[in-house]
Amino acid sequence: MINFNRFKLDNGLTVLVHEDHTTAMAVVNILYKVGARDESPEKTGFAHLFEHLMFGGSINIPNYDAPLQSVGGENNAFTSNDITNYYITLPSNNLETAFWLESDRMLSLAFTDQSLEVQRQVVCEEFKQRYLNQPYGDVWLKLRPLAYKKHPYRWATIGKELQHIEDAKMEDVKAFFQKFYTPQNAIMVVAGDVTLDEVKVLSEKWFSDIPSGNSFERNIPQDAKQTEARKEWVESDVPVDAIYIAFHGADRLSPDYYTTDLISDLLSRGSSSRLYRSLVKENQLFSEINAYMMGSIDTNLFVVEGKPLENVSLEEAEKYIWNELEKLKSELIQEEELQKVKNKIESTMLFAELSILDKAMNLAFFEMLNKAEDYNHEVNKYNLVTPEDIHRVSIELLTKENSSTLYYKSKTREHVG
Amino acid sequence: MLDRTTAPTFKTIKSFTLVEPERLEFANGLKAFIFNTSDLDLIKFEFTFDNILLKENQAILNPILSSMLKEGTIELTSKEIADTIDFYGAYLMPEYSFDHTSLTVYTMHKYVGKVLPILKDILQNSIIPQVELDTLIRNNKQSLQISLQKNDVLARREFYKEVLKDTRYGTLPTESIYDSIKQQEIISLYRKQIQPSNCNLFIAGKVDASIQSMITIFFGEEWQNTEVLDKNNNLVFSAYSSDLVVKEKPEVLQSAIRLGGLTINRTHPDFPALQFVNTLFGGFFGSRLMKNIREEKGFTYSIGSYIGNLKHTGFVTIASEVGVDVTKQTLSEIQKEIEILRQEKTSEEDISLVRNYMQGMLLGSLESIFSHVDKFKSVYFSGLTSDYYNSYSEVLKNIDSDQVQDIAIRYLDYDKLFKVVVGKA
Repeated sequence: MINFNRFKLDNGLTVLVHEDHTTAMAVVNILYKVGARDESPEKTGFAHLFEHLMFGGSINIPNYDAPLQSVGGENNAFTSNDITNYYITLPSNNLETAFWLESDRMLSLAFTDQSLEVQRQVVCEEFKQRYLNQPYGDVWLKLRPLAYKKHPYRWATIGKELQHIEDAKMEDVKAFFQKFYTPQNAIMVVAGDVTLDEVKVLSEKWFSDIPSGNSFERNIPQDAKQTEARKEWVESDVPVDAIYIAFHGADRLSPDYYTTDLISDLLSRGSSSRLYRSLVKENQLFSEINAYMMGSIDTNLFVVEGKPLENVSLEEAEKYIWNELEKLKSELIQEEELQKVKNKIESTMLFAELSILDKAMNLAFFEMLNKAEDYNHEVNKYNLVTPEDIHRVSIELLTKENSSTLYYKSKTREHVG
Repeated sequence: MLDRTTAPTFKTIKSFTLVEPERLEFANGLKAFIFNTSDLDLIKFEFTFDNILLKENQAILNPILSSMLKEGTIELTSKEIADTIDFYGAYLMPEYSFDHTSLTVYTMHKYVGKVLPILKDILQNSIIPQVELDTLIRNNKQSLQISLQKNDVLARREFYKEVLKDTRYGTLPTESIYDSIKQQEIISLYRKQIQPSNCNLFIAGKVDASIQSMITIFFGEEWQNTEVLDKNNNLVFSAYSSDLVVKEKPEVLQSAIRLGGLTINRTHPDFPALQFVNTLFGGFFGSRLMKNIREEKGFTYSIGSYIGNLKHTGFVTIASEVGVDVTKQTLSEIQKEIEILRQEKTSEEDISLVRNYMQGMLLGSLESIFSHVDKFKSVYFSGLTSDYYNSYSEVLKNIDSDQVQDIAIRYLDYDKLFKVVVGKA
């Protein structure tokens, strides 16, 4: 349970405040409702590149990091397909420094050529380090376009290709800022050793004179319902084969989201889970196996991925995975097994409440989805799921027509075999 | 009109108080440290054992033992352990580091009585089943094959192999070593290492009378030592090369760079000052290395330096992955930044920034009761007390440009570091 208050400035900025006086620190978390799904197909990777530029100095403050570090604070940010989230942690008596820094870059960036030039290079190195120069690093560059045909989820946040980042122009940067980095498109959460009153005063002081910006409508192309199985074979210089099966699943706001999430837990959470038990331990067919939900706002992906052992071909591996999936469709699960994954949700939620940063991020995320109050009902929603729900959703979700399978084949192994 | 160009006034970062645990010592030698807090529904039990080796060059057996702890006892199979732990929403985590092996369980307070008997059984009755050992080794071999494709992993292995050679710290897994592991060795190791007289138990959460008595009965009274504790504490470190080793990989986009050498550990009075200099040099986002090599030149996504604290030594290491065409240039920039620290006086502005940053991080690192345990453990395992944090804070407060330069001259020397590039140079 996270308690909080909410207020809104005249320019549309939503502010949530969570007081926790057991710590001497404060968190300022600002979520901008913009992610890779808002990019055009010709300029992918832009939301993430932009996140880097947000640290390149703002209109009145040439250097963002140093003033924060010199009051004992630190910051970071991440970009997903749906959102861009910036956060600061600092000693609470220096809270105002965070307001000063964040409000100035919401007002306007400095837009220096040097910052764009350097960050383009840094992001290209990030692209190489994480996606190109890593075994299995390019999986999502291949699996996304297989699973999505129209939706911008078909590219990863890093972008489709290096070239898009190399081509980024200052005019694009400015237009992106104008459209998305506005008070009405942002949610600020202030948490920790702070009071509602001081946050109100500081928010008015630093954020109220920022122009609200224009509202815009999202017209995100959606995929038609998938009707036939998709498959792609890749050969790569990796030592071990791997298989990835992606299914289109419930949206984040659909009531079936919780059921789908629990299906992934039944399959692969913890050492007692079905896939791990059957395929790694009892039958010794895989060295690793996992199932998870992407948790994105629009049509989600439910993914099963595994690395079969040397003597198991990818076709066999696929068959063994499907055997397990079919069981969820043909047999009603026992209450006790369902209770097990619900108990794990309950303890995980307790962990999430140990850190003010986690709490602030969760409040911002749920406020963006719908309203932050929903966060406090999450455990209930999981608890309402029945064995019949699991059965019904498994039947809809886990079908060949709804699947995209990536067979990731080892070149080296072929030579040996 | 609001003045947006001037920063709000800096307010001095507050000091903090660490939670001191209640200590218990039982007749079987088990030491327990209880960090009590009333307002938490989670409770953590961490059984920590000093690593005891069968032989110095058999250090690879210790992480295997650690992983095998949840794989079966006389009473319970691997599956039964997993089912029960998962059913109660608990987390059972064997952990391994260079100097310690630990078994940690987090559980909701209401299920402590269900979970602790499993821990008791594991610590007293593990049997290391052959079939589970085979599975673990098979899977470890596959993950090893994958990590050996990663340039940063290869560079790190070269570093450990050279700088920490002939010791447990420099002993690295290979497929053939995995293949040679015998069940009997792991069982011998279990008997030598997993004993109450070799155990420190850290408990954090709401520890009430019923939990106290469970601890006393299960772990203080019913848990017996199996062997005389064998603590071989003499480690000898050999001289290491300061050459640049290049492992050519023709088709890579980036080179992994790693440099490093031995240095002091936490028990040395200069350690806090060295941590200060390391932070300034490569220990945070605003460090000299990050500013120069990422933020000015865009050569890399990330570069950093780190001081490792081990029981028998300390080490300093610098690592990055950079574009192949700028690998050489990155090395010479690293050298240049070390020379600047050694030859020039650091400005008061830079010193005060790092000072405040480190004080803020220290304050921020004490978030829940669990982080108080971590703080305590760090000093306890170095044979120090919580006073260490007072002297650490004093060093932060008083360090000046003379001391920064002096520390850099004594502890950072590019010419003496071992250097390795995997990729192209």
